[in-house]
Amino acid sequence: MNPLLTALARLLIFPGLLFAVPAAWFFLWVERKAVALMQERVGPPFMQPFWDFMKLLGKSTPPRPGIAGFIMRAWPLIAVSSAAGAVGLLPVLPLSGGFEGDLILLLALLELPSICIIAAGFSSRSIFGEIGSAREAALSVSYNIVFLLAIVSIAASQHTFRLEALAAMHPTFLTVLGIIAILICLPAKLHINPFSLPNAEQEIYAGPMTEYAGPELAMWELAHGLEWVAATGLVATLIAPHIALAWGTSLLAGCLFVVLSVAVVLLLSVLAAATARLAIDSSVRFYWQCTLIFAVLAISSALFVRFWL
Amino acid sequence: MKFWKRLMCTARRKSPWLFHMNSGSCNGCDIEIIAALSPRYDAEQLGVLLQGSPRHADILVVTGPVTNKAVNAVKTVYDQVCGPKAVVAIGSCPATTNVYIDSRTLAGPLDKHLPVDVYVPGCPPRPDAIIAGVVKAATLLAERGSDSPTPAIVIAATTEEVQP
Repeated sequence: MNPLLTALARLLIFPGLLFAVPAAWFFLWVERKAVALMQERVGPPFMQPFWDFMKLLGKSTPPRPGIAGFIMRAWPLIAVSSAAGAVGLLPVLPLSGGFEGDLILLLALLELPSICIIAAGFSSRSIFGEIGSAREAALSVSYNIVFLLAIVSIAASQHTFRLEALAAMHPTFLTVLGIIAILICLPAKLHINPFSLPNAEQEIYAGPMTEYAGPELAMWELAHGLEWVAATGLVATLIAPHIALAWGTSLLAGCLFVVLSVAVVLLLSVLAAATARLAIDSSVRFYWQCTLIFAVLAISSALFVRFWL
Repeated sequence: MKFWKRLMCTARRKSPWLFHMNSGSCNGCDIEIIAALSPRYDAEQLGVLLQGSPRHADILVVTGPVTNKAVNAVKTVYDQVCGPKAVVAIGSCPATTNVYIDSRTLAGPLDKHLPVDVYVPGCPPRPDAIIAGVVKAATLLAERGSDSPTPAIVIAATTEEVQP
C-alpha cells in the first residue's frame, strides 16, 4: 500500500484522530468516575467530558491583542496537534508501517505538550501561571530522565529505535522493568495525583491554564485527553501486540490495545484518588533519589546485554 | 445551524462550572457550598465542577453581604468570567444584607452591583437548595446563549420551590 496513504490513515482514523478524540473523552470520564467511586460518589455522567468540551467551544474569550495574544492562542493548538501526532505514531496494528527512528519522534511529540504548558503559563503573565510553569519545568526535568532512560534501555536491548520492532519483541525481564519505570513516570507526565502540582487545583487556581478560557481551554482539555491516550497507548503497545501478533489479526490487536489502555487508565486513576498531592521538593526527590537508581540499573544492564552477551 | 444551537444548549445545561466568590460572608454558606459538592450530595453527577479560576467558570456563586472592601473585587471577578455567564446569590446576605442591614461597612445587597439571576435564600441555605439554584442558573444559561443577552430573571430556589 502507498506509505503516504497508510500514514494518513494512521493519523486520521486509527489510532489517530477519529479513534483518539472519543477515546480521550472516554479516558477523562474513566478518570473522573474512578475518583468519584473511590470517594463513594456517583460521579459525572458518561457524556460529561464531551459536554464540557462543547460548552467551552461556545464560550467567549477575553480579548488578547497583539503578538502576545497570538502566541498564547497558539500553544493549545500546538499541544493538541503534537499529542494527536503521538497517538498516530503508535504501532497498534501489526505491519502498520513506521520508519527507523520513529521512537525518537514519538518521544519528542509526547514531550511537546508539556513544553507548551510551560510556555503557556509564562506567556499568560499570570503569577499563578508562572508558578505552575516553574513547577512543571522542575517536574519535567526530574521525571523525564527516568522516562527516557527506561525507554532507551528497552530500545538498546532490542538494537532498534523502530517502534514496530519494539512492539513485536519478546518480553524479557528488562522490558518488564522498563514498563514499570514508565508507569511510575506517567502520573507526573499526566499531571495527576500525587504529582498534580503544576495545575494544583484550588492551590494555585489552575496553574498555567489560569488565564485560558472558552475554546482555548477546550483545546487544552483535548490535549490532556490525547496525552492520556498516547501515554497509556505507549505502555499498551509495549505489552500487547506481540501477544496479538501470535494470533495474527488486526482486529484483535486493536481490541487488546483498547482494553490494555483502559486498564492502565484505571490503575492510574485509582492511584490518583488514593494519594494526596506531594510538594515540589518531595516529587523531585522521589524521581532523582528513588527511581533514578532503577533507571540507571536498567540502562547499564541493557548496555551489558548489548555489548557483552 | 439549528442542530449546533441545540447541541450548545444541552452542553451549557449539562456542564455548569462554578466560581465561588466570598464577599464578606460569615463562612456559613461557604461550608454549605462545599457540602453540596461532597459525597453526600455529589453535585458532580449534574456536571457541576468548582473551578479555581474565574476564567473557567460559567456561574459566579456569591456569598456574603458585599462589604465595602469586597465590592470592587466582586465586580472585577464578574468581568473576568467569560460569557455566557450567570450569577447565583447564595444565602440571605447577598439578597437583602440580612442581619447586617443598614451597616455603614456594607455596599450590598449584591443586585446593586451585578445582575443576579438566581437567589437561594436561607441562613444558610441547605445544600440541596444550592444545587437546585445552580441547576436553574444552568438552564437560564442554556436559554440565554451567547448572542442574545436577556434581562435577568429572578427565581427563588429553595427545597420547596417558593415563587417570589
